[in-house]
Amino acid sequence: MNAPILEMKNITKEFPGVKALSDVSFTVSTGEIHCLVGENGAGKSTLMKVLSGVYPHGDYTGDILLNGEIQRFRNINDSENAGIAIIYQELALVPEMTVFENIFLGHELKNNFIVDWNETIKQAGELLKKVKLDINPAIKVKDLGVGTQQLVEIAKALSKDVKLLILDEPTSSLNEQDSENLLQLLRDLKEHGVTSIMISHKLKEVIAIADSITVLRDGQTICTLRAHEGKISENVLIKHMVGREINNIYPPKKHAPTQEVILEVKNWSARNPALGRDILKDVNFKLNKGEIIGLAGLIGSGRTELALSIFGNPDNYQVSGDLYLNGKKRNFKHPKEAITAGMSYVSEDRKGDGLILIQDVKQNISLANLKELAERGGVVNSNAEIKVANQYKSELNIKTPTVEQIVSNLSGGNQQKVCLGKWLFVKPNVLILDEPTRGIDVGAKFEIYTIMTELVRQGMSIIMISSELPEVLGMSDRIYIVASGRIAGELSAQEATQEKIMHLATN
Amino acid sequence: MTFFNTARKILQQNIREYGMYIALFVIMIIFTITTGGTFISSRNIVNLVNQTGYIAVLAIGMTLVIIIRHIDLSVGFLAGFLGAIAAIAMADPKVVQAGMSLPVYIVIPLTLVLGIIAGLLTAFLVAQMKIPSFVASLAGWLIYRGAILVVTESTGTIIINDDAFNAIGNGFVPDIPDIGILPGIHKLTLILGIVAIVVMILSEFNDRRKKQTYNFEVLPTEIFILKIVFTSAIIGGITWVLSGYQGLSWTAVIVLFVTIVYNFIMSQTVLGRHIYAIGGNPDAAELSGISVKKLIYVVFGSMGMLSALSGILFASRLQSATTTAGTLFELDAIAAAYVGGVSAAGGVGKVVGSIIGALVMTSLTSGMNLMGIGISYQYMVRGAVLAAAVIFDVATRNTGK
Repeated sequence: MNAPILEMKNITKEFPGVKALSDVSFTVSTGEIHCLVGENGAGKSTLMKVLSGVYPHGDYTGDILLNGEIQRFRNINDSENAGIAIIYQELALVPEMTVFENIFLGHELKNNFIVDWNETIKQAGELLKKVKLDINPAIKVKDLGVGTQQLVEIAKALSKDVKLLILDEPTSSLNEQDSENLLQLLRDLKEHGVTSIMISHKLKEVIAIADSITVLRDGQTICTLRAHEGKISENVLIKHMVGREINNIYPPKKHAPTQEVILEVKNWSARNPALGRDILKDVNFKLNKGEIIGLAGLIGSGRTELALSIFGNPDNYQVSGDLYLNGKKRNFKHPKEAITAGMSYVSEDRKGDGLILIQDVKQNISLANLKELAERGGVVNSNAEIKVANQYKSELNIKTPTVEQIVSNLSGGNQQKVCLGKWLFVKPNVLILDEPTRGIDVGAKFEIYTIMTELVRQGMSIIMISSELPEVLGMSDRIYIVASGRIAGELSAQEATQEKIMHLATN
Repeated sequence: MTFFNTARKILQQNIREYGMYIALFVIMIIFTITTGGTFISSRNIVNLVNQTGYIAVLAIGMTLVIIIRHIDLSVGFLAGFLGAIAAIAMADPKVVQAGMSLPVYIVIPLTLVLGIIAGLLTAFLVAQMKIPSFVASLAGWLIYRGAILVVTESTGTIIINDDAFNAIGNGFVPDIPDIGILPGIHKLTLILGIVAIVVMILSEFNDRRKKQTYNFEVLPTEIFILKIVFTSAIIGGITWVLSGYQGLSWTAVIVLFVTIVYNFIMSQTVLGRHIYAIGGNPDAAELSGISVKKLIYVVFGSMGMLSALSGILFASRLQSATTTAGTLFELDAIAAAYVGGVSAAGGVGKVVGSIIGALVMTSLTSGMNLMGIGISYQYMVRGAVLAAAVIFDVATRNTGK
């Protein structure tokens, strides 16, 4: 084993009322890929923020040693100068700027105060080659896909002569192909002497790539496992992460769906006038009462667009086709009408268009159905509101001290449960879940799966959009595969395999 | 000790909310001392309220506009323009000569309706044409400024000689007949103050009882009593000061009414919740079945109506419509809203806060005028207070997390 490039010793970081990190020690060897896993709230992101100087020296106790030397970072600049680059889940690129401008943003190549654009473009091209990206550096970042943007971020990090690259959930919004490319790139960079730390919830990926894996739980280091000491299994990791063994994280199905069709979509096509292209073509599918159908497919295949175009079409696509809900032909012009008709849509981007982060738990839960809490004259009964919120807090096991807590203070899994609570309070017949477990930890995932199973047992019908194939296979009664805005195939739970789905999705 | 500890805890948790009240209180104390008591005199306080009126109603509307992440720069000149329209309809010599002049009870509703229409026009540009509200209302700012000049071009200042109209900005609520007790005191104001205290106490107890039936946490009894005593003392104090002069002015009544209505809408109703929701996250609100477009019309429509009211208050106060009426009103209203704790990022802010903000700004002007401080320094002080208020707001918001 190589000498450690990074040692973090006895790191303790407290927030008012919470000990986020307690005596954490963490060592990374030079030239390895080190993965950091743990449930949400385990302290992974906090640890990386301590390392990158977001929480400056003095805000925490303990020592950071880089190549054996004690570091006292006052801010991110300090850590960058020391060769540490961090790439966050939410990308930090300027969409309106070109790729080459973004790569050198903040450390422009200068020639006596004047930016040397020719040199910038030349070097940007070389960096893009290093990350195996074959694009014109003059293209604007907003015109790139998420996967490509991720690679541009890495090129940006490389431009700063990075020694230690930190990636926070890099593949959470990537499809399988882009994820594989990214992991391959990390392996290549390793060959060139770049050490990487990767935070990820996708344990398969972690096992595939990691030389070492450190597990955090409740702000403490649980263990560090090394790949050369024997194969690490997912079950072992999960056991360390949650402190218990989950053999099968998908709850058993206790019921059979009925053959009663509740929702049917026929010859459904949509065009996005803003992009000037067709996004859905001749989509046909149906949903039975008490059934969970999975919509699988690559990112950008049109699954979210399909859900939105059904759910009142808030993005104003030009839609044609027929929608039948409970046998009645419907034509929703606004989400309001879809909600009134008994539909719910839990969006994939809970921070972007799911929650009102500056408001509290109860206000978020009641938002889509305030009229049920309203007395005459449209006056909201705030006591009844608290009662309803408390009811969902306990039913969905939302971990928050009170329902008056601002939701931005909750962890991802609990935020997702608040979203779910809001859409259950609407009391829907058809629940659309778009990436319901994205970026949340194993424990919370299991809880959400259990809730879904219970809901369909009570007669609700669920459309689940998911990019995680094991989840699609584990939860769905039937699976539709969406590719390029069409339904590329339909598989029953029995016949579906990851290979079959990927085959249809990429065809 | 536990009493003080709980009190301190509650104060700390709500420092953002109480900060403004404390600031207003401190400013008033300082001016009372530096002016040897003149500042707190009944006459000056009544003047202060009347001066605040036309900005205060604008600040209320602006609070809603800023909460939904927009801005309306056109309101100042819109107020001036509509004030001029009202004056012309009542008192323009040519109109009067032609026998076309309208009585005040028609002019006021008409002006308010015109205000709503103007607000809806801005909303149309913002919601339908997707023009940024800054630009749309800047266009309005120019147009209404021109419009004032057009309608006052021939006559210049239009003198209004309608007593009922002029009473809005200068008159007082008449007193009950003299019954021989408390001479020199405006007894109706006193009675209204007592009624207000009783209503406040009853509603507080009612609220507390409702919460208890739901088994929710309520304030500890001693703190609850302290709160009631404190609020009663403030209402009582204000009532006493006002009743020492000529009692409640009509302006104060109007501002109070508008404040109570808007505060109720924003804090208690579905409509208010929806407005806060689209300010907090318009995309999430839209997906939750709230029509953002519709609410833009509602909020800008209300802003237009309050601009008209502001124009009426101002014209009535001056007893005339002038060519420069409304100049910089919009910026005073925006400043009042920010001082009152409205967040530029949207989704946060209270109507009552903006009223306090407006009072802070007018108190500064009034106090410094009494002290004989020059207008140049007044601007600087008000600028510094605006910056300080927002700094306080941002700082307490971060620690509140």
